[in-house]
Amino acid sequence: MSRTHQLAVAALITVFCACSGKGSDPDAPQVGPDPVLPEPRRGLLPTMTIAEPAPWGDRQPLVPEGYTVVAIANDLKIPRQTLVLPNGDILVAEGRGGNAPALKPKDVIAGYIKSKGTTAVESGNRLTLLRDGNGDGSYEEQSVFAENLDAPYGLALVDDALYVANQDALVRFDYRDGQVRASGPPAKVTDLPSAINHHWTKALAAGPDGRFLYVGIGSNSNITERGMVAEVDRAMVWEVNARTGAHRPYATGLRNPTALSIQPETGLLWAVVNERDEIGPNLVPDYLTSVQEGGFYGWPYSYWGQNVDQRVRPQDPQKVASAIVPDYSLGSHVAALGLDFSTPAMGNDFADGVFVGEHGSWNRAEPVGYKVIFIPFRNGRPSGPPIDFVTGFFGEDGKTRGRPVGVTVDPRGALIVADDLSNTVWRVVRRN
Amino acid sequence: MHAVLLAGAVPLFLGALLSDIAYAATYEIQWSNFASWLIAGGLVPGILALLFAAIELFRADRSGWRPRVHVLLLLASCVLGFINALIHARDAWAVMPGGLVLSIIVAALACAATWTGFSTLRARGAV
Repeated sequence: MSRTHQLAVAALITVFCACSGKGSDPDAPQVGPDPVLPEPRRGLLPTMTIAEPAPWGDRQPLVPEGYTVVAIANDLKIPRQTLVLPNGDILVAEGRGGNAPALKPKDVIAGYIKSKGTTAVESGNRLTLLRDGNGDGSYEEQSVFAENLDAPYGLALVDDALYVANQDALVRFDYRDGQVRASGPPAKVTDLPSAINHHWTKALAAGPDGRFLYVGIGSNSNITERGMVAEVDRAMVWEVNARTGAHRPYATGLRNPTALSIQPETGLLWAVVNERDEIGPNLVPDYLTSVQEGGFYGWPYSYWGQNVDQRVRPQDPQKVASAIVPDYSLGSHVAALGLDFSTPAMGNDFADGVFVGEHGSWNRAEPVGYKVIFIPFRNGRPSGPPIDFVTGFFGEDGKTRGRPVGVTVDPRGALIVADDLSNTVWRVVRRN
Repeated sequence: MHAVLLAGAVPLFLGALLSDIAYAATYEIQWSNFASWLIAGGLVPGILALLFAAIELFRADRSGWRPRVHVLLLLASCVLGFINALIHARDAWAVMPGGLVLSIIVAALACAATWTGFSTLRARGAV
């Protein structure tokens, strides 16, 4: 980015913040099962703060005492989600999707400002395989497993079938242990809704017995501003028959379910969901929740249960009445994009619970998110406040060096974190 | 030229008002998109006409109250039109009711500004 470019962006952002009423975001206890929800409000302009990207240099993400973090792959083409294969190899889905025309003057301006907080690297549209041949934790081998995909995101392995959720279709590769390159082009399992792709990421998880796959499909707008017709088959989780591709809505009203994971001991489906913007710095909390079959979670008519969103017309009181309150608030605008269940190999303090990757906010004067947190569980439910696990992505100097997306627990005792700003894959392990 | 700009702003702001009414009546979001672009479009000739009028005000030949009222009306329609553009940048029904109210006011101001403007120009024999 040129100097003049930077200044122009800084000026734009300053103007936006100055005009949008209160610049400060009062702290509200917004984490946990029962968040405080303020009244919705919005100034003449939405609050936008895009932290200026900067290279890592000598810096590193920060991890808890007794843990260490290393970059195991650099210069990727927008790594999003990762998958640890049975032999320890790591697959990385790389790409940038989206296909949503600017409908208003606002879309043009806001799109430009938000792009300043993301990488300029072109979309990889591929899967990269990382291998640590000698087990020293350095992942010295890197090869392209498959390419010419369409913004691949969700990954799941069931026996010898590797499923990849592209932004337009769910596809399947054959996989045998140790393979470093796909044996051919993938077979299509089913098309996914993509005529417009505002929230383009297609999250993926395989059910416990592998017969069904769960695909997270985001809404086509913040809050129906592309019209209700654009929301057909959106803001929901599909259950897909892995063999036939037949699918049905499994749960609905989930604005943007960006990561799905199956809880190992119960077989329940869990999701992190990104909620709506532009009604204040502390609305609406993004959340972690178990996903009930047939459940409706509010979007677009209401949020966090029965809080009606007046921006939606026509309203639907019956749907509002049926909206389920999610399990656990992660805080507003943190933009959770990664989710995985931990294992005892991660160490005593982090043995039972989930890791959540938070990409970080834009619709807030004071940035939040930009870290990986751990939420402890007991008896299969969240049992306490989150613990910071990987931080330092947003520096105290106000610059952003990375933005976490997918988090994956390696059963050997490591957390894999994809960072789509610095195009790095990080690996956090316990120090011996 | 001044007359062309003045005449240009009115149908655009009026179109925005009609689009807002259509959105309020049908909840069909495309009307709201139309209104957003029409307001942005109306601001372009509106602000240029304001510049013309302001320059003419400071030149010689300012007779009567009309030129001054014309500039004030034009200024008011541009300022409120800009605020209206920001309100129309909100998502979905959040545009209402403020957007509709402002569209009425801005359309009325633009009509009045054009009326005073044309009578000023005619008085000077420019039209």
